[in-house]
Amino acid sequence: MSENTKQNYLNHPKGIMSWLLTLDHKRIGLMYLFSGILFFFLGGLLALVMRFELAAPGNDIISNEVYNNAYTLHGAIMIFLFIIPAIPGALGNILLPLMVGAKDVAFPRLNLASFYIYSFGALFAMYTIINGGVDTGWTFYTPYSTQSTSNVVPMTLGIFIIGFSSILTGLNFIATVHKMRIPGLTWYKLPLFVWALYGTSLVQITATPVLAITMVLLMLERFLGIGIFDPALGGDPVLYQHFFWFYSHPAVYIMILPAFGIISEIIPVHSRKKIWGYKFIAYSTLSIAFIGFLVWGHHMFTSGQSVFSQIVFSFITYFVGIPTGVKIFSWILTMYKGQVSFTPPMFYALAFLFLFTIGGLTGIFLGAVALDIHLHDTYFVVAHFHYVMQGGTIVAFLGGLHHWWPKSFGVMYNQTIANIAALGVFIGFNGTFFPQFLLGLRGMPRRYATYDEQFVELHSYSTFWSGILGISIFIAVMNLFWSFIKKNKVDPGSNPWGGMTLEWTHTSSPPHPHNFEEEPVLQHGPYDYDKVIVEKTYKK
Amino acid sequence: MGHHNPDSPSHLKHYFHDVNQQYETSKFAMWAFILTEVLTFAGLFVAYIVYRSWYPDMFVDAHKLLDVNKGLMNTIVLITSSLTMALAIWAIQKNNKKLSVVMLVATFIFALVFLGIKYLEYTHKFEVGQLPGEFYSYMGPDAAHLNNPHIFFSIYFIMTGLHGLHVAIGMGLIAWLIYSTQKGNLTSEYYTPMEMIGIFWHLVDLIWIYLFPLFYLIG
Repeated sequence: MSENTKQNYLNHPKGIMSWLLTLDHKRIGLMYLFSGILFFFLGGLLALVMRFELAAPGNDIISNEVYNNAYTLHGAIMIFLFIIPAIPGALGNILLPLMVGAKDVAFPRLNLASFYIYSFGALFAMYTIINGGVDTGWTFYTPYSTQSTSNVVPMTLGIFIIGFSSILTGLNFIATVHKMRIPGLTWYKLPLFVWALYGTSLVQITATPVLAITMVLLMLERFLGIGIFDPALGGDPVLYQHFFWFYSHPAVYIMILPAFGIISEIIPVHSRKKIWGYKFIAYSTLSIAFIGFLVWGHHMFTSGQSVFSQIVFSFITYFVGIPTGVKIFSWILTMYKGQVSFTPPMFYALAFLFLFTIGGLTGIFLGAVALDIHLHDTYFVVAHFHYVMQGGTIVAFLGGLHHWWPKSFGVMYNQTIANIAALGVFIGFNGTFFPQFLLGLRGMPRRYATYDEQFVELHSYSTFWSGILGISIFIAVMNLFWSFIKKNKVDPGSNPWGGMTLEWTHTSSPPHPHNFEEEPVLQHGPYDYDKVIVEKTYKK
Repeated sequence: MGHHNPDSPSHLKHYFHDVNQQYETSKFAMWAFILTEVLTFAGLFVAYIVYRSWYPDMFVDAHKLLDVNKGLMNTIVLITSSLTMALAIWAIQKNNKKLSVVMLVATFIFALVFLGIKYLEYTHKFEVGQLPGEFYSYMGPDAAHLNNPHIFFSIYFIMTGLHGLHVAIGMGLIAWLIYSTQKGNLTSEYYTPMEMIGIFWHLVDLIWIYLFPLFYLIG
């Protein structure tokens, strides 16, 4: 560390324009982070409104129409405005160039453009809300989406625009991973978070164009009645579902692969042990990205598919379980005989392992045709994808935030409160969503604002715990932000968890405006805890 | 890959080691972008395949309503424009600025001719009502027996329309290249933008080479 360690990317250069027009990947990452968290709270608020409506049968708080808007906007905001852009956009942007030892991403201007395209798309989504919402469900299935009088066009236009942001970020990251690594940082020495972002980006650039064209076709269908999805004009509404899921199933992996990457960083660092099966984890990322393109039909088992298609899609769906299982076992074996410390990031990683495993295993239930025909469009599906998306992705995202918070901002949060909040998230989450598996098995359909008396008990449990979950997430995030106000600064040279990747070993906290004062020279692999001793350093 | 760079040219961005890394990165990203373009059109090709297999006879009969001569002319125009684009790059590699600009202008003009011919085709179809979906109103005797011909024209207009949009965007990019080359910003030392836009232009050409037989030459 030298004399100008006081200069970091947060305080240099100064001024509002230096933020709005910044080309620095770290600042762009922060802008994604804050907008992402904002949308996360907005989506979460909608979820709580729905849960409180469902506390008792009947329309107690909101009407059926408002409820339809609430679940559509909840899904669309969480998926398109938060999960898909936020993890690659926020953590990916901040960390990827640091992890590969680069001064920036391959195309900094394009990176800033991605952020503004995302914001522009988000404006359309916000307009949708102000203008009275949209009631088709986040999937915009035809024929209803071509007939609904709600704001289908502004919402799909917003998603279309955000898709470009996603594609450009993906392109940027792929080029960065391929071409911006420092000499000596070979593929097998990359941190696994980089592999995860690479796999994610591959899916982003190959699947998102198909979503874009699908949204265009849907808008044309509404404006011009082109007839492609309209059976009255000789078209086929099921073709829409094929197009939609050809993107949206791979999009599930856009959402979960970065989470896998975060867990692959947290577990070895907080267990101080070399990752078990590095190459297995790296290649399982790529195989999930690939297999993810071949399974979209499992969303359509009840859409009039041929039995042959059902069998093929069901069979391929099971294959996803193999690379996913490989990862879970690798993480568990990494912890085995390691020095596991129960830090907030590790708490989230452990919560992830439990919750994601439940989400993954129930995914296999739903991949089986016979069972899916019974469970399709029930709360079992709702519970399954929340275990994957929230229990998996968002829990990992929170873990990643806690892990890289001191690195990104040079401040440390209150770890005790963070641990308690993490526990609250874990318990609150299970309390909210486990009853929904039972509701689904007993036949409670999704997307209804009311229900039969027999479901009261489970629904009220779910609502009660959703309150706990909401409060816990709120405390967890506020605890992070409180560290700014409290100014609990860490030493610029500190490495509080003893991380071995370049962002921990070769730059200050928060990092230098140009990432590294001089180009880093790689001294060891990302998880060589068996060879090198890295001290945990916190304060001066 | 050396860290030492004796003559750091003005076009070298500070976050790259050297000119070579910067060039390789641009080229790599451009090919990745081409992949996204291919996938965008792939969605529409799938729609084409689905409906052609649903209505094989209608497709064969409806295609007869298209003007093969104009389509063929456009194919020749676009292939020639790809050649002039390649020659523009070859010329700038030889530092022949004048020839490069001439070739770029030729490419631009060919693109304009392409859109002009397309315009003639489109206006004719608008006049006789060979239009997508609900707007289809053509009553000619050669189409009386057709089953859902508007589906054919929906796909025809969407695919050629999206392709036409790419031609128009390409023209904007080529106009910018003409300006930059004329100004002397692009030389044999640094002509990456021309090469990248060249790749894009060849893709636009290639897509047409698929569209032409799929719409004009069936059956």
